[in-house]
Amino acid sequence: MKPAPFAYHDPTTIAGAAELLGRFDNARPLAGGQSLVPMMNFRLAMPDHIVDLNGVAELAGITVGETVSLGAMTRQRDIEFHQGLAEACPILREALLQVGHRQTRNRGTIGGSLCHLDPAAEMPAVMTLLDATLHAAAWNKLPRQISMRDFAVDFMDSALEPGELLTRVEFAPWAPGHGWAWREFARRHGDFALAAAGVLVALTPRGDIDRLAIVISGLGPRPVRLTSVETAAAGAKANDALVAAAVAAASRVSAQDDIHASAAYRQRIAGVMAERALRAAFERARAGSPAHV
Amino acid sequence: MSESSSEIRDIELTVNVAKRRGKAEPRLLLVDFLRHELGLTGTHVGCEHGVCGACTVMFNGHSARACLLFAAQANGADIVTVEGLANPDGSLNVLQEAFREHHGLQCGFCTPGMLITLTEHLRDNPDTTEEEMRVALSGNLCRCTGYEAIVEAGLDAARQLRDAGKERA
Ligand code: FES
Ligand code: FES
Repeated sequence: MKPAPFAYHDPTTIAGAAELLGRFDNARPLAGGQSLVPMMNFRLAMPDHIVDLNGVAELAGITVGETVSLGAMTRQRDIEFHQGLAEACPILREALLQVGHRQTRNRGTIGGSLCHLDPAAEMPAVMTLLDATLHAAAWNKLPRQISMRDFAVDFMDSALEPGELLTRVEFAPWAPGHGWAWREFARRHGDFALAAAGVLVALTPRGDIDRLAIVISGLGPRPVRLTSVETAAAGAKANDALVAAAVAAASRVSAQDDIHASAAYRQRIAGVMAERALRAAFERARAGSPAHV
Repeated sequence: MSESSSEIRDIELTVNVAKRRGKAEPRLLLVDFLRHELGLTGTHVGCEHGVCGACTVMFNGHSARACLLFAAQANGADIVTVEGLANPDGSLNVLQEAFREHHGLQCGFCTPGMLITLTEHLRDNPDTTEEEMRVALSGNLCRCTGYEAIVEAGLDAARQLRDAGKERA
């Protein structure tokens, strides 16, 4: 229950961190430590080198404009309490309040959560919903961009190459007045969800669907968008038939059995969460103005 | 390029308003540093993987799990542990007294973490509702009390602190 020995490095720049990660074998970046350190304490992870990113100031920060940019080392806490972000992208806070607990959000970072890529984690699902773009840096290589869809490769497996470092995540916020909702079912508050659904919706002035995005998470190895429902919804009414189509699609997302729940149960819960999220998002879109959570 | 090594580092930090120093190899967890190197055994170690909250301390003004931080990361940090909560004359503070009054502890193992968590919660949410308090406590496990007495103690402390604030105003 104590970590194996390692060498500790505390760079202060992205370039410095990337160089350390590039130079050393079996080096791991340390972000908020809320997932990596438990794994080290259990010796499920035994890096020889820890590259602590907490002193790299240029990795943290929030900008809200045409696009929203979140530095990889931005604490979940700072996202939670950012007023501009709550107005531009309210689903982020709604989902974030389900992430761990006060103490873990005080330390945990957006980048850490995205790279750890737990299949039931909220942040990868929300970034999938927002079609976010991830920026990565590496030593002696050009920085590159990866779409969230390509980033989540498989079970806790990201598209980052060894030595590559996530620097920030960027997305275009939906137009003011859009509807949003995050709904999940977990055994206890702060636990990973058995199933979760996130919805973003924009309505036309007549109240029909202009644009819809639905994500389901917790079922398979990575978050899944209900693309067929989204495409068919354009121009359609925000009504029960649409909800029924989404519920049907959500409960067809392939799922895995584990000690917490059977695949069939998770699929059923995914349908329920999709329905709740859709109805809440419709209501908020009709109410029209971004609410202050 | 930064300093780097697997060797023992000197750690200088502030704990409960006092400057402290000690030595730590990179893998030493902050909670073990506080207990073994600085002799502050008030902070408890339960699960060692971020689940129980017994190790909760204030780290630069925010609650954090001391079993998920390395001592090396605390160089220059400002930390408050349960030993730093009492009044300057050594008497129990309002929250601690409320725990005593309402039987907010039995074995006491979870208590240091509960107190730190509630200290932050009451500081940031002086008008806390019971629901908010229960959510705030969701990251701290107690195997004895069934939580009711802890929630009562927290709510009573919140009331007392509000009243004291009004008197001063
Ligand atoms: S000992 Fe740190 S959370 Fe349990
Ligand atoms: S009083 Fe015993 S664990 Fe809480």
